[in-house]
Amino acid sequence: MATEHTAKAFDADLQDLARLVAEMGGMAEKQIGDAVDALNTHDITLAARTIALDDKIDYLQREIEEKAILTIARRQPMAVDLREIVGALRVANDLERIGDLAKNIAKRVSALDDDVRLAKVMRGVEHMSELVLSQIKDVLDSYARRDVDKALAVWRGDEEIDAVNNSLFRELLTYMMEDPRNISLCIHLLFCAKNIERMGDHATNIAETVYYIVEGRPLADERPKGDNTASAHVAFPA
Amino acid sequence: MTMVENSGPITPPPVVHRAAPANGATVALAEKVSVRGLNFYYGDNRALKDVNVPLYAGLVTAFIGPSGCGKSTLLRVLNRIYDLYPNQRADGQVLLDNQDVLNPGQDLNLLRARVGMVFQKPTPFPMSIYENIAFGIRLYERLSKGEMDGRVESALRRAALWDEVKDKLSANGLSLSGGQQQRLCIARTVAVKPEVILLDEPCSALDPIATAKIEELIDELKSDYTIAIVTHNMQQAARVSDYTAFMFLGELVEFGPTTKIFTTPSERRTQDYITGRFG
Repeated sequence: MATEHTAKAFDADLQDLARLVAEMGGMAEKQIGDAVDALNTHDITLAARTIALDDKIDYLQREIEEKAILTIARRQPMAVDLREIVGALRVANDLERIGDLAKNIAKRVSALDDDVRLAKVMRGVEHMSELVLSQIKDVLDSYARRDVDKALAVWRGDEEIDAVNNSLFRELLTYMMEDPRNISLCIHLLFCAKNIERMGDHATNIAETVYYIVEGRPLADERPKGDNTASAHVAFPA
Repeated sequence: MTMVENSGPITPPPVVHRAAPANGATVALAEKVSVRGLNFYYGDNRALKDVNVPLYAGLVTAFIGPSGCGKSTLLRVLNRIYDLYPNQRADGQVLLDNQDVLNPGQDLNLLRARVGMVFQKPTPFPMSIYENIAFGIRLYERLSKGEMDGRVESALRRAALWDEVKDKLSANGLSLSGGQQQRLCIARTVAVKPEVILLDEPCSALDPIATAKIEELIDELKSDYTIAIVTHNMQQAARVSDYTAFMFLGELVEFGPTTKIFTTPSERRTQDYITGRFG
């Protein structure tokens, strides 16, 4: 957006939209961090706060939608402006879903006992959440700067998260086989890992949107995918 | 100038181009009109600079650009209406079915029958609705009363005006509303069975409903005619045209499929103009 619109208010509308998306992104990042912290430290209060934050994210998404629709109706945007607005809608949508996934993790905190066995497997979940958080931070950065290269790096980087998810999946399966008393805990953690993995997918969606906004065409390549959990098999120990 | 998709050679005339429309299918496009290396002068002022652009048969081509960019001038060259004014001249080629209409030997009446024009302000003749249509037909054809009635009716029907005026054909054309007057002018143009229709901001004086009717009409007419429309209304260009040409300061900056021009134009100047960032 090098040059300004003749109608200055149009620039203000677009800047407002981008600002709201950035604000929403900040909230989603915080929600993920807090959800994983709450899980890690079994902090029920933090979990409750994390769940409550989701309403604010949902509210922001509705605000972005209203503003986008109003701007389309009022300005009849063309070309890059239209893509900016459609892009803001899409990114807000992905961030809202990320918020839901974080909320889902926070909800599981109270279902888990404060169990020492947790620490061992939690490291894997934590590692995954760190990877996802850095992906989300990078992709929001690429959105703010309209940086296609950075967006593409995020887009390709999702494979690593999938790989960690795969090994975590196998690890949890093994724990469940070792001792049926682990099953309840492991199932919850399995869902947490899945939620985090889905967040990574939303980060790649946002990367695709950034690419679309800047280039005006969809990312045509097939994204490298590493989630093999659908076909993972671990043999029962003899 | 950037030719999107159809960057065929300028000469000799390649009549058929290949273009890839949105659905990916390859369709042969016939150039009904080919503008080649066109320059136009108002006295010493060069208003068109080496313009090359095709009008594809059976499609609508929109010309957009800021005031004074030469789009109306280009339209005025296509049927040589500029010939009516002193000190205006054109050089280059305007091929209509491969015949250069700028040729001094060109029969202008015949040309204007083949290339009809509708102006920004409705210009009905100060005579009855019926005569507004019949007048032009009589210049070229001798028809019986019955045949003429049929031609007037079909022209008014084509212009989606028949139902509104069929009971008052003897009323003065000027008694109609602005939108009806404009459709009467389109009916008058269609009546002489032209091959190309030039529309110079046909909706700029009309309300949104009359505008929608004209746009609907353009959609209907394009199966039988080759249409060029000059418009200041970008959304209108995006809605009604198949190809769009963006002009600036007498030059053709970019020409390509409308879907491309309004979503991902190649030229910075085009993008700045259609998104309202000009100047």
